[in-house]
Amino acid sequence: MRHEQSEPVLTSVERRYGSSEHSKELQRRGAVGRGARGMRMAGQKLDVGVLKRAVAYLFRYKARCALAVVCMLVNAGVSVVAARFIGTLIDDYIAPMAAGAVDVPVLLSYILRLAAVFAVGVAAMFINSRSFAKVTQGILRDIRNDMFAHMETLPVRYFDSNTFGDIMSHYTNDTDTLRQLISQTIPNMFSAAVSMTATLVTMLLTSVWLTLFVIVFIVLMTMVTTRIGGASGRYFVAQQRKLGALNGFIEEMINGQKVVKVFNHEEKAMEEFDEANESLFGAARKANAFGALMGPIMNNMGHLQYVLIAVLGAMFVSLGLQNLTITGIAALTLGNVVAFLQLSRNFTQTVNNIAQQMSAIVMAMAGAKRVFDLMDEAPEVNEGAVTLVNSTEEDGVIRESEARTGTWAWKVRIGGETVYIPLKGDVRMSHVDFGYVPEKEVLHDITLYAEPGQKVAFVGATGAGKTTITNLINRFYDIQNGDITYDGIPVRDIRKEDLRRSLGMVLQDVNLFSGTIRENIRYGKLEATDEEVEAAAKLANAHDFITRLPEGYDTVIDGSGSSLSQGQRQLISIARAAIADPPVMILDEATSSIDTRTEAIVQRGMDSLMEGRTVFVIAHRLSTVRNADVIMVLEHGTIIERGTHDQLIAAKGKYYRLYTGAFELE
Amino acid sequence: MIRTLLKSLREYGKSAVLTMLVMTGEVLMETLIPYTMAQLIDQGFAEGNLPFIVKTGLVLVLYALVSMAFGSLGSLLGARAGTGFAKNLRGDMYHRIQAFSFANIDRFSTSSIITRLTTDVTNVQNAFTMSIRMAVRTPMTLIFSIVMTTFISWKFAVVTALAVPVLITAFVILGRKVFPIFMRVFKKYDRLNADVQENVRGIRVVKSFVRETYEEDKFRKTSGEIYSDFVTAERIMAWLNPVMMGTSYIMMLAIAFIGAYLIVGKDATTVSIMGETVTTGLLNSALSYTMQILMSCMGLSMVVIMIIMSRESMRRICEILKEEPAIRNPEDPVMEVADGSITFKDVNFRYSESAERNSLEDVDLEIPSGATVGIIGSTGSSKTTLVQLIPRLYDVSEGQVSVGHVDVRAYDLKTLRDAVSMVLQKNLLFAGTIRENLRWGNEHATDEEIREACRLAACDEFIANMPDGYDTFIEQGGSNVSGGQRQRLCIARALLKKPKVLILDDSTSAVDTATDARIRKSFREVIPETTKLIIAQRIASVREADMIIVMDNGRVIDVGDHDALMGRCAVYREVYDSQVKGGDGDAA
Repeated sequence: MRHEQSEPVLTSVERRYGSSEHSKELQRRGAVGRGARGMRMAGQKLDVGVLKRAVAYLFRYKARCALAVVCMLVNAGVSVVAARFIGTLIDDYIAPMAAGAVDVPVLLSYILRLAAVFAVGVAAMFINSRSFAKVTQGILRDIRNDMFAHMETLPVRYFDSNTFGDIMSHYTNDTDTLRQLISQTIPNMFSAAVSMTATLVTMLLTSVWLTLFVIVFIVLMTMVTTRIGGASGRYFVAQQRKLGALNGFIEEMINGQKVVKVFNHEEKAMEEFDEANESLFGAARKANAFGALMGPIMNNMGHLQYVLIAVLGAMFVSLGLQNLTITGIAALTLGNVVAFLQLSRNFTQTVNNIAQQMSAIVMAMAGAKRVFDLMDEAPEVNEGAVTLVNSTEEDGVIRESEARTGTWAWKVRIGGETVYIPLKGDVRMSHVDFGYVPEKEVLHDITLYAEPGQKVAFVGATGAGKTTITNLINRFYDIQNGDITYDGIPVRDIRKEDLRRSLGMVLQDVNLFSGTIRENIRYGKLEATDEEVEAAAKLANAHDFITRLPEGYDTVIDGSGSSLSQGQRQLISIARAAIADPPVMILDEATSSIDTRTEAIVQRGMDSLMEGRTVFVIAHRLSTVRNADVIMVLEHGTIIERGTHDQLIAAKGKYYRLYTGAFELE
Repeated sequence: MIRTLLKSLREYGKSAVLTMLVMTGEVLMETLIPYTMAQLIDQGFAEGNLPFIVKTGLVLVLYALVSMAFGSLGSLLGARAGTGFAKNLRGDMYHRIQAFSFANIDRFSTSSIITRLTTDVTNVQNAFTMSIRMAVRTPMTLIFSIVMTTFISWKFAVVTALAVPVLITAFVILGRKVFPIFMRVFKKYDRLNADVQENVRGIRVVKSFVRETYEEDKFRKTSGEIYSDFVTAERIMAWLNPVMMGTSYIMMLAIAFIGAYLIVGKDATTVSIMGETVTTGLLNSALSYTMQILMSCMGLSMVVIMIIMSRESMRRICEILKEEPAIRNPEDPVMEVADGSITFKDVNFRYSESAERNSLEDVDLEIPSGATVGIIGSTGSSKTTLVQLIPRLYDVSEGQVSVGHVDVRAYDLKTLRDAVSMVLQKNLLFAGTIRENLRWGNEHATDEEIREACRLAACDEFIANMPDGYDTFIEQGGSNVSGGQRQRLCIARALLKKPKVLILDDSTSAVDTATDARIRKSFREVIPETTKLIIAQRIASVREADMIIVMDNGRVIDVGDHDALMGRCAVYREVYDSQVKGGDGDAA
């Protein structure tokens, strides 16, 4: 059972896919099956803080938990009776019956009494399972809800810096291990602990020496199982690594299967696959074998213990050794030994049971820790006090209004006084520096202003910082240096909800939500009437294609919107922004995957959306920025040119060269 | 279905059978052990016979060791059989997939193929390993225990025999009730996950519309539904354990009563009624056999559940294994492609037999060897479909496509595809160095040939600027090179085949116009004898072509050079105008 210490030889697939983030993500997502749990187990320690928080969730259901404890105790009591009943039957009934001291009716009444006790036990068990279902599922629901609610408060940074698969696994794998912990492991541990204590006391009552022997034996057994467990853990890690590598290979190669065909690469692909598959088999076989060894070895060591105690006990008796019990010294009888045998067997089984649960606990703890880590992530800072209110204006005086007036004002408190500033859509940035991480500044000294109704365009290569600028205006990220103001108010002072309500966004990755098209458009304004929805769709040029769909506005789409074309999805997202009707719009238009004719339609939608608003537009096709009031050319986070189209063309600089196609944009 | 899967067992079949045999041995030992223990107690302890105790003890130790040996051997064999089976299944599927044509791949979709190769195999492996261990073990335990019980007293056997159908009926009833609920819950689970996914991916939308609370409410609703469904299901399942325990208690009591009756004959420890002898020890072991019978019933139901749960996975794997490749090598194939001329004759094409309309209709084309051909048309006009017929990625529905004056269906597939090199619209690089990626085109390409291809595709410069040059590692999906660079690398890879026909399916869309022009120029100069088909969005990319094919809605509506088309083709002019007016970099 020596494990291989030397670093195993890597196959070409493992070399390329072994350590990639991607295969880790696959594992997290659970694509590799149950083995993943074994992997996380390695090196984890029991974390008391995590356990406490998990138990706190249990405490939300105090009454049911108390009921469960009662039921379990009743059940444990009944099983003690059940375990002892043969002895009682023989000693108190069969023997006396044989001697003629007891009659059949007496035996019958004993059996009936027992039946009553057992019935109570079964009833307790039933009540417990039924009532506890609400606890486990309730806790799961609570945890999911808490997790999701908290996730919604997290800053965009969290979503940008954690992989999608990682975040998802909180809701799938981690919650699942937690479910096992709460619904199975904790109750099992509890009842195991109860019965273990009971058995131990009874054993001590019978014989201290024999009990000591049992304990020594169990320590021995634990040592053996730890060894096997360790080896199987190591092989599991190896298996997971190889499985991850193979899955990474599969994912990439199947995605590129058409390329494989075009290049006649099938033979080579099979060769590589076979090699990696064989290597996985080697590791998986060992991991599974060691995992399965535990059962028979534990079981039969239990048998050995039984024999040893029987022989030892019998020798005790025949040699007439003094027997020590916790109540004093008494003679050990053969009857005592027989009883002890049964007790020790139960005891060992319970210990084994707990040992096996331990690994489950450690794994569940790891899952729970990840869940709580998510809940501990710091939410977005939202210290702004300026709010957006409906307003009316009479004789130049702006007043707050309860009703929806269609006009808005910022409500600012200065000193003790409340001032109303009308919402116009004037955005300014001065000397803004920003980096996603402090060490690496990606925007340097950005200064720009957009007066109400103006159109500002950003042009530049991928990575020049175009999208980053728009992330700052709505405070998805906060700037390190400089100022950003909205209608003269620093954006930091505006309550985030209100700031974002005053800014519309159309992003290049169109994200729609599962539901009908109507619901998706209404997302921009939840109280919108059907007429408003249609008006917005018309504005976005989406009405035509929607009405041509079989179900019209009630067509159900899924999140990826696979039933719609890229252009159609973009049109819906434009309608969604249009219905919200904000004074400032940020358009990150992605039209590279749309052909020029479809683009023209999307463009018309975009154009009508821009009318009468302050607009920041990130242009991928230069045709769309021609009529901008000002065009900013960005390079490496700095504005290198600014001006109108004609000015920039005349300047014959970078913009001119971009425009004439001498540079790659993407 | 299961037979199809088991064909993949091959060399591990022996291990699987041995596992079952060894398990039988283990079960035999496990059945003997309680009986021997009973003897130890009955005869050893009742009479205080130490030598007998030691002797029986030794026998027991032997049994335990044999049982341990069998058990361990079973673990090793079972692991070998299970993981080996999984290996073969994966391998067989993968090999099968390599024979798939594009039509087969489309039918399954890549993501579903990946699931089948990963998750589904794992599921089947688990079910299989469990089955070979349990499928023999539990029925054997059941049989042996019943035999032993009968051996002790047939009356006990009758009691247990009565309990088994009761339990099985209970399992079936509960299963039937709960199964549909679980199916429903799993669907809702998917919805919950979809909710989370949409929120994680679309967090910017959620936040910019300030819809956090709205999303939370939506999520709460779904998680609430899952809660109530699960509670309903678990409340039904709550019957399971009590039924089990209840039955076992009843059995215990019945056996005890009968036992007591039997034992109480002439003396306290043994009795003989109707030729049956029962002792207290035997009574004890009868009870433990009862428990074993119950446990094996449980085990059996577990196996059934496992198999049912993996049934869907099994079905999905079978689908792959049974899928017939839509395109096969012809018998007696043509092994050489004469030149790069291409002919389409009365070609109709639909992606599937059931498709309502043809994706290509009535296509007739004559392309001379060495020509440069541009293909223009809006999204969905079947440009890609047209060129995919040339390397026989799909077969025509009607008509004929020829390369080098021979029907493509007559060629050896490898020969044809080596002669017709295609850069797909969805161009992909694979994890590995640039050199490794390029060698896909020609495994034995020399460094000089690689450099030459890169010069042609205008990627020599940026490769030279990379830290490790041609040994630069490309991440999965080619994420560490830009879109334009990736496209150029894919072109170089295709060039390394030294093809007679080169097809570029919108392969320079992210390449700047100047470089694009440079690539076209070197094509003209360096590989004039290669037929070049270029699908493009930009008029500039096809403007100088010898002939331009204009496609609309699955039909070729016009063929001619730029000037001719400008004169007579409205669609072509429309595209041209939209780009020139739109200033797509081409106005100047």
